[in-house]
Amino acid sequence: MKVIKIDKKNWAEGLKRLADKFPLFGPVQKDEFHIFKELHKDELPDLSLQNTRLSPKSVVYPQSETLFEYTLDEKQADHHILKEIDKDYLPRAVVGIRPCDAKAFLLVKRNFDTPEYKDPYWIKAYQAVTLIGYACNTPCSNCFCTTAGCGPFHEEGLDVLLVDAADHYLAQIMSEKGEKFITAAGWDTSAGANDLREQVQTLKQAAETKITARVSTDKLKDKDTTALFEASFWEDVAFACINCGTCTYACPTCWCFDIQDETFGSSGIRIRNWDSCMYPLFTHHGSGHNPRDMKMQRVRQRFMHKLKYYVDKYANGIQCVGCGRCIRLCPVNIDIRKVCDLMNSFES
Amino acid sequence: MFAYIEKIKEISNRLLKESTVDLIIGFRKGTVPMMNEPCFAKTPEAVDGLVWDSNCGINLANYLANRKEKIGIVSKGCDSRNIVTHIIENKIKRDQVVIIGVPCKGMIDRHKIEAMFDTEIEAVTEADGRLNIKGDGVDTAIDKKDVLQQNCTICTHRNPVIYDELAADLVEEQTDVDKYEDIRRIEDMTPEEKWEYFEDLLSTCIRCYACRNACPLCYCPTCFVDESQPQWVGKSQNPTDIRTFHFLRAYHCAGRCTDCGACERACPMGIKVRILTKKLEKDCLELFDWESGLTLEKRPPLDTYRPDDPDDFIK
Repeated sequence: MKVIKIDKKNWAEGLKRLADKFPLFGPVQKDEFHIFKELHKDELPDLSLQNTRLSPKSVVYPQSETLFEYTLDEKQADHHILKEIDKDYLPRAVVGIRPCDAKAFLLVKRNFDTPEYKDPYWIKAYQAVTLIGYACNTPCSNCFCTTAGCGPFHEEGLDVLLVDAADHYLAQIMSEKGEKFITAAGWDTSAGANDLREQVQTLKQAAETKITARVSTDKLKDKDTTALFEASFWEDVAFACINCGTCTYACPTCWCFDIQDETFGSSGIRIRNWDSCMYPLFTHHGSGHNPRDMKMQRVRQRFMHKLKYYVDKYANGIQCVGCGRCIRLCPVNIDIRKVCDLMNSFES
Repeated sequence: MFAYIEKIKEISNRLLKESTVDLIIGFRKGTVPMMNEPCFAKTPEAVDGLVWDSNCGINLANYLANRKEKIGIVSKGCDSRNIVTHIIENKIKRDQVVIIGVPCKGMIDRHKIEAMFDTEIEAVTEADGRLNIKGDGVDTAIDKKDVLQQNCTICTHRNPVIYDELAADLVEEQTDVDKYEDIRRIEDMTPEEKWEYFEDLLSTCIRCYACRNACPLCYCPTCFVDESQPQWVGKSQNPTDIRTFHFLRAYHCAGRCTDCGACERACPMGIKVRILTKKLEKDCLELFDWESGLTLEKRPPLDTYRPDDPDDFIK
């Protein structure tokens, strides 16, 4: 794995060269917070952020995505036939994604790209992106990534990891895509040296020690699912919840969607939208029955899915990368760290 | 933090002990700075965890609707007005609630404070109208009144309008406030400017419905946006559907909204959704001389007819 040094003086110029070749996405300030968006020419990603308010999952998996179009006009030969929409899956790069958000794509991949089922839209969009990560020298105080299978300098899922080192960036190249990105930018790739790797290691250790928020997940797997499901603490955990979708929409690892047909006159589209297990409609059956018609059941579902069902099903840790967004944005301060510890220490 | 936490605990313990109520609804300390969590307390231990400070902006009346128990509820001015509205609208019975009134001097807007500093805020403590703010390289004090939620700066009902117990002496009400300066500015816009303004206002909405769900008024068993038979509103990020949701929701709150600010406080995207409800609040004041949630004796203007109701709009 190669580490190169990019002088910050050459940063803008390199990105400009890249922007001529393919679209760049990055964080920019919008009002009081940062969002991920496609950068227009000469626009630089704003790397002064801690993290974007919402996760960049929408770059690969938009909140609303039109899949098909159709006409109901029987005079048309192709009436009532769903026709796939042309989409742009040309290569693009996301510059300035935090390691937790990049790792999150790998968790989501377990749902969208399995041997049995392959979601063509997600897979093509994911394959199109080169992820240029930006290591967290100053993690947020409610990040708990180091105990959620991730970390401020975590490499999984990234093509390049950029590390801010005062007047320059250290760029750790981790894949062929990453190599191409760096070469296309024209940054000198020959300057790799061992002492740069050490510099990265030193900064990494410094960042990791700043993360003091923790979760314990070691006992989740051994818990009896039914006992945990029936635990008495759920009433207390769920009380404050207002059942909005903020936690699920802000979460980089929440993947649920709903498919809708929208018709206007005789033409229509089939569209898929993010959905949220916090909403009663999420489980509303055609019969009228709703197996999760109470708030507590929905709150429990969210935590059980992330911290128990997922753990059991994939044997690969929790469905969470510890980015802390749900904690920061929850209007009523429901804290996944607290709930995780309650579950992990639960004795029936 | 405030002297009357002890008083709230004392009242709560007494109500529980004497079986006057089955549970107390209040706040417990949050896990992040400037946040508290709504909670219930049924035991002396839980009562011990109750807090009261300037981070109790969520409207607790939201937790009352359709409950069957006898409830003690900690209420600042706006919460009490929403309890009145709940009683008028038959969502709870008057004799089912014991209202523990808490005179209020405003709740702080954490986003305002966060925006003042480049670094993350790690701790905020308050005393005598001052906030001490600590973070990496930050250790400073600011006046609480400079960082209040916008609705608190123009609030004229800080004291509970209805209560059974009182946790502290009543505070002085603000009288000389211009509540509708922002609304007048929009009313004066041309239709094109208004269009652009609303388009921009709602451009970041993610339809998480935090505004609706934090609102005590939004207790419909199925909200119109969640109806599926028939489905009235599309569910995508289509701007027309997003606007439909916000505008219709605001209309549903006309003559009922107390401008408690819970919607704006809950919004993860910082959208100033109160602009919509405030316009209707202003209309109700001007057309019907009505402020919601002040009395149990009068029916709200939109659920009653009076021969002298204004009808200038009929041409």
